[in-house]
Amino acid sequence: MASSDALLPISAREEEPLCPYTRLPMADPNQETHGRRRRPFKGLLAVSFGLLFIAFYVALIATHDGSRSNDAGIHETKTTTSRARLAGVSEKSNAGLWKLSGDRNTPAFEWNNSMLSWQRTAFHFQPEQNWMNDPNGPLFYKGWYHFFYQYNPNAAVWGDIVWGHAVSRDLIHWVHLPIAMVADQWYDSNGVWTGSATILPDGSIVMLYTGSTDKAVQVQNLAYPEDPSDPLLLKWVKFPGNPVLVPPPGILPKDFRDPTTAWKTSEGKWRITIGSKLNRTGISLVYDTTDFKTYEKLDTLLHRVPNTGMWECVDFYPVSKTAVNGLDTSVKGPDVKHIVKASMDDTRFDHYAVGTYFDSNGTWIPDDPTIDVGMSTSLRYDYGKFYASKTFYDQNKGRRVLWSWIGESDSEAADVQKGWSSVQGIPRTVVLDTKTGNNLVQWPVEEINSLRLSSKQFDIKVSPGSVVPVDVGSAAQLDIEAEFEINKESLDKILGNASVVAVAEEFSCEKSGGSTVRGALGPFGFSVLATESLSEQTPVYFYVAKGKDSELKTIFCTDTSRSSVANDVVKPIYGSVVPVLKGEKLTMRILVDHSIVEAFGQGGRTCITSRVYPTSAIYGAAKLFLFNNALDATVTASFRVWQMNSAFIHPYSEEAFRALTRT
Amino acid sequence: MVKMMMMAMMVGVAMGNIVDKTCKQTPDYTLCLSLLRSDPRSSSADTVGLALILVDKIKALGAETLGQINEAYKTKPMLKKPLDECSLRYKTIVDVDVHTAIIAVKGNPKFAEGAVVDAGVEASICDGGFTKGQSPLTSLTQRMEKICDVTRAIIRMLL
Repeated sequence: MASSDALLPISAREEEPLCPYTRLPMADPNQETHGRRRRPFKGLLAVSFGLLFIAFYVALIATHDGSRSNDAGIHETKTTTSRARLAGVSEKSNAGLWKLSGDRNTPAFEWNNSMLSWQRTAFHFQPEQNWMNDPNGPLFYKGWYHFFYQYNPNAAVWGDIVWGHAVSRDLIHWVHLPIAMVADQWYDSNGVWTGSATILPDGSIVMLYTGSTDKAVQVQNLAYPEDPSDPLLLKWVKFPGNPVLVPPPGILPKDFRDPTTAWKTSEGKWRITIGSKLNRTGISLVYDTTDFKTYEKLDTLLHRVPNTGMWECVDFYPVSKTAVNGLDTSVKGPDVKHIVKASMDDTRFDHYAVGTYFDSNGTWIPDDPTIDVGMSTSLRYDYGKFYASKTFYDQNKGRRVLWSWIGESDSEAADVQKGWSSVQGIPRTVVLDTKTGNNLVQWPVEEINSLRLSSKQFDIKVSPGSVVPVDVGSAAQLDIEAEFEINKESLDKILGNASVVAVAEEFSCEKSGGSTVRGALGPFGFSVLATESLSEQTPVYFYVAKGKDSELKTIFCTDTSRSSVANDVVKPIYGSVVPVLKGEKLTMRILVDHSIVEAFGQGGRTCITSRVYPTSAIYGAAKLFLFNNALDATVTASFRVWQMNSAFIHPYSEEAFRALTRT
Repeated sequence: MVKMMMMAMMVGVAMGNIVDKTCKQTPDYTLCLSLLRSDPRSSSADTVGLALILVDKIKALGAETLGQINEAYKTKPMLKKPLDECSLRYKTIVDVDVHTAIIAVKGNPKFAEGAVVDAGVEASICDGGFTKGQSPLTSLTQRMEKICDVTRAIIRMLL
């Protein structure tokens, strides 16, 4: 089946690319291949892409030695057209871009309520309805984890922003509480925006948050619990002297937001940092205070990186170089590195870097300036849909926990129809990778394991080019932990043969055509939320290839390009290189929860969160597959799949409260 | 008196230059100029103001298209299904995307960018619902997509 697909007439592939069309902000308008309307110039373009495509395919066939007879793989040639189209598109310009997918002949997809209601997650935090964005002020207090969030009480789109509130005993089972703060003052009438909590040594809480004033100026405000003896912290009081900070000279009124948790300086003062920009240079301002009411601005910046644009949701915290526990935000010392993280307004990516903090002047420098915060090369917590993230130190369990806003990748018409938009990622612990020393490692909080119901263990040898159905029953709420091993012979063949070209550096999840493009040693992994016929599927996989240093490089991707036949959803291929150390097996964990898939490679060294909107791989029709699309290598997969229970997140009620206090 | 006239002229030229400079950074300079210059507010607007003028154009075009959709129900009743989809999509543009863009452009422009991009997508999806050659809305949806592209480019200058 596969081999003949390879020889489909070019025109068929041209007309029906499954990969998205890109809309570039500054692109030559003639270049935009926007679905149905093609101007004559585009005919020429199509022909040249077609030639490129032929050339690529000839190369692919030429490098293959013909032993593809047992090829029952997921073999789709249509997606390779996208390689040519996407060539030359930079990572940055793709951020947040709508890529209209689907071919000109399928009618606009009409969502029905059954499909839309399936999309709601079972165990990810989300309000009952309407719009949510940034996580705010997460903290642990008097036995309860608190979570606040940017919320629109009136619509499923951004606007009228207030602070939503929920509590939990275990970061998984949440109870919705009344809105904590509304836009009722002149200094936050245009929005009660993002902020962070600081827990003082005496256990009391101060909350700093950005208000958008009645004149749309961004200012920082102080708030605190009205009744500190109320463990649910239902009511909040805004400091009458607000705002406590206004944009300083040289900073524009719309470039001053998202104050961090404060940390103690060696002088005994509290210090915070706030992201901003100077022209196109992203910066983080530093302020000291003793009472959170009056501040002195330091002359120095915490850090600055040119050409990164506005820094939103800056986060700054210590990580241990040696231990796996988290550290209170005020910790310093020789066994500690500091992380600076910022959300890039321009690209909607969260970036971080590991470095050294100098308390004497409130500055920080990265260990590796070539991957400084915000550069396209710099590290990201997550290579998928993941923004405005924020950590807090959980003093209850001695860990640092990361929250993140996971927005939708569908149309606003669908959001309005289904009545909600956005979820939060599963909270993750964050630690420095003590084995590599230069990146963070994240992992879903252990409490999520309490949702695991029945499980099945599998040990399967997957030959090249095959797809294996994994019978687990219902497949929309799963936790999968897997280990993979490529057969030694194939590895030796690639590494031992000097004439095998190093291709790893050229490979990128986004641009290399997705999970159907076959290499010697990959791709292989799971296809989640797949129909029986694989008409819709979301592969999560490793791609192993030889690198320039003649060592193997491993890339971890999630390919959403065929996750849905709907043409009004964004379907990128996400991912990145994942460090694999000598002696390590390849491991991945996948959390499937309806319209969200969270994938963790090598214990959380590389993480990918995706939003998917299948139209038929839903309810009982959603299946799980294991696949190996490598040309030569046999892969042995050892894995366990758990059915996941719902977290039953619901509004406050006497029973809900009692149930939670019993745990 | 002459001095005042000259100053006014210089200011006028400078203002006109802002429109020119801004439009040069969009994917469709000519369209951008014609849209902005057709609105007298553009001569004294900053980037936020220019973005809002274009969002107004999106709203107006959206309303015009909804009118055309209503007409088409009568003249081409066999196209009811795709027209229904278009009606939903264009209502989203006019009621939801435009509103979000207006409030966000002044405070948190990335949400305005998302709304404007979505407007272009909704227009595209609407037109895509008709089989080739059947759509009575193609030139309107194409125009919407172009205006959204230009508007998006201007909003990105605010990030």
